[in-house]
Amino acid sequence: MNRSDLEALAQRELQRQQAFRCRILCCASTPCLSSGATAVYDAINAAIKEGELDAEVQAVSTGCMGPCSRGPMVTVQVKDEGEFIYEHVSPEVGRQLVAYHARSAAPPAEELPEPLRTRLLPSDMPFFAKQRKVVLSNSGLIDPERLEDYVARGGYAALAHALREMTPEEVCREIINSGLRGRGGAGYPTGLKWDMVRKARGDKKYVIANGDEGDPGAYMDRTLMESDPHRVLEGMAIAGYAVGADQGYIYVRGEYPIAAKRLERAIRTAERRGLLGSRILDSNFNFRIDVRIGAGAFVCGEETALMASIMGRRGQPTPRPPYPAQSGLWGKPTLINNVETFGNIAPIIQNGAEWFASIGTAKSKGTKIFALAGKVATTGLIEVPMGITLREIVYDIGGGIPNGLAFKAAQTGGPSGGCIPAQYLDTPVDYESLKALGSIMGSGGLIIMDEHSCMVDVAKFFMEFCMDESCGKCVPCRVGTVQMHRLLERITDGSATLQDLETLKELCVMVKETSLCGLGQSAPNPVLSTIQYFLDEYEAHIRERRCPAGVCTLEKTPVTEWVHA
Amino acid sequence: MSVVTLTINDELVSAQEGQTLLSVLQERGIEVPTLCHLDGLSERGGCRLCMVEMEGSGRLQAACVTQVQEGMVVYTHSERLVKYRRMILELLFSERNHVCAVCVMNGNCELQWEAAQIGMDHVRYEYLNPDLPMDASHERFVIDHNRCILCTRCVRVCDEIEGAHVWDVMGRGVNSRVIVDLNQPWGTSQSCTSCGKCVQVCPTGALFSKGATVAEMEKQHNFLRWILDGREKKIWSYENGK
Repeated sequence: MNRSDLEALAQRELQRQQAFRCRILCCASTPCLSSGATAVYDAINAAIKEGELDAEVQAVSTGCMGPCSRGPMVTVQVKDEGEFIYEHVSPEVGRQLVAYHARSAAPPAEELPEPLRTRLLPSDMPFFAKQRKVVLSNSGLIDPERLEDYVARGGYAALAHALREMTPEEVCREIINSGLRGRGGAGYPTGLKWDMVRKARGDKKYVIANGDEGDPGAYMDRTLMESDPHRVLEGMAIAGYAVGADQGYIYVRGEYPIAAKRLERAIRTAERRGLLGSRILDSNFNFRIDVRIGAGAFVCGEETALMASIMGRRGQPTPRPPYPAQSGLWGKPTLINNVETFGNIAPIIQNGAEWFASIGTAKSKGTKIFALAGKVATTGLIEVPMGITLREIVYDIGGGIPNGLAFKAAQTGGPSGGCIPAQYLDTPVDYESLKALGSIMGSGGLIIMDEHSCMVDVAKFFMEFCMDESCGKCVPCRVGTVQMHRLLERITDGSATLQDLETLKELCVMVKETSLCGLGQSAPNPVLSTIQYFLDEYEAHIRERRCPAGVCTLEKTPVTEWVHA
Repeated sequence: MSVVTLTINDELVSAQEGQTLLSVLQERGIEVPTLCHLDGLSERGGCRLCMVEMEGSGRLQAACVTQVQEGMVVYTHSERLVKYRRMILELLFSERNHVCAVCVMNGNCELQWEAAQIGMDHVRYEYLNPDLPMDASHERFVIDHNRCILCTRCVRVCDEIEGAHVWDVMGRGVNSRVIVDLNQPWGTSQSCTSCGKCVQVCPTGALFSKGATVAEMEKQHNFLRWILDGREKKIWSYENGK
């Protein structure tokens, strides 16, 4: 396939789609599937068949639409009438949707019959209006299992452009100019990393996409891989061209079977069409991608541990330097980026670095996907421009805290991040501002807590997570996390003294500064940030033996008390 | 080979390019505690005892996996480092059952020695007291997991020097444990050559020879240097290698 074949394919697919008067898009991402989307899709298809509407109405199973707590989601696109987004669609509602929208010249939304009217989301809902979709621009609109759908929306045009019009150096320069930073959490400038791997000497180089997302409550990478797998593959291929690699690996977390299946399928179809594999788009560039599936270890999201896992070794980190850019997989220069970072590449190449750099703040460009979870009215997956305030995310996009309760804290960055209290709600969300508050951008987990959440309990939860997930290689992380968890347990069960709080603080700083890899270095962050902003809660547990949020039982007493008694 | 100059504890020091910082420290007689490091084996960087402060870098660096660089300014015994080393040792003592009084290595143990050097007289953390087994199924050697600090010297020596790769690590975090083959009794291992290298490199009383009782076990590390240098220098008898 060459560039004109690609354009012809896109045209053919667009014409095919435009032949339908009405397209019913049914979300087939994990959250909607678990709330029954398969039955809805089947019911809609059956209704189309019964009504003999095959020529006019098409049902498509797509990726994620965003408000996951309202699933199963269905979007109806009607020619000349616009889009209608429905929540909580049951098979019965699905059948009614077909019957209603298949009629030509439907009456206005106010006259929708029940139960459709209550399930129709308003078109100006802030959940959608405040978002800006760059990486997820195809998500929820295309069938992730069909290459044609992706190509019809401009897919693989960026790869074709890069291969034909740009040198590898120019591609790196474009990424540097865009200001894109790593979306895995640390925020290293992506273009600089690419340039380093490009300049590294070696006859063989590798590209790795890190899809081993493990933070509790976060599912940005899963959604991207499930909803738009070709976009990740295209980004990886462009990266392979830019750094001079001919082999890529996409490391998918073992708990993401649908993502792995769709990626495998996407790789096969792209190879068949000559968009991956040998002589891509009739150029001299060859690039193979293979899927590697993790075995359930959080630490394998750390890049050196991930590479060990790909090489078939025990998933344990190794000290850096040497960095993967110099010596990675099998000692060869290796580029490793998060899948969301790769998701940004095609739009940058297609629209130019200036366009991308115009979104976001001075130092953080572009958009960021967050998995909004916890105590907000609408939880789900959102993509927002960098620099948006937490208040806008919580109150506009998320719809505020339910049950009239007050906002208490936002937890970003999962077990590596921290809690941001209410007084910083107006902080812009970007790498620097979050770091200054003692938290991190992280991979995109965003958990909102209301006044019924005990911050000591939250810190204990994350510490337990790190304790379970520590690989055991270095002493501070292996034993330190256990000891920190024990101390937090003592605070929440009432047997702690003020001395324990001091020991905990000291241990946190030590583990942070001496651990081998990012897991241990960031494991104390949830504790340190809650101590920083909610010290009064810790002290209430210890001094007054009272949990202000009413979560902890505090049934024990400190050992010193019965020594004195 | 080119020479680099660096500053260690306010003293100018020259070293060969490509050397690790730890080897320079040891050449200069600057004592930095180590447990996972052993001359002749690959570096692991896991015990974190040899961490040093480096000017211009906010992070502490493990000396065993840091290569010397021109103009490096290193501090090895700042107040913070000594405090952290002691805390790390306390964590190790709290992790498993290190009861010196009933240990075969009492008096010869590297963990005990490092703790004594740093003046660690008590442990501030809760003892975890895990329920760990011993394996005495091998005809000559015993492994007592209670004394193991997971330095993986045994894993590395068996893989890198003996070439048998009998030992490896299973589990994760505090539940990690060194295992024989696919976690079977040592005595049933078909791959073990009974060479005893793992026993000799073990810093604590985790691996010991049968017949040794309290404080009777002594270990020889120098055989390793002899094997390695013997190849290069064509020394074929043990005595010369010593």
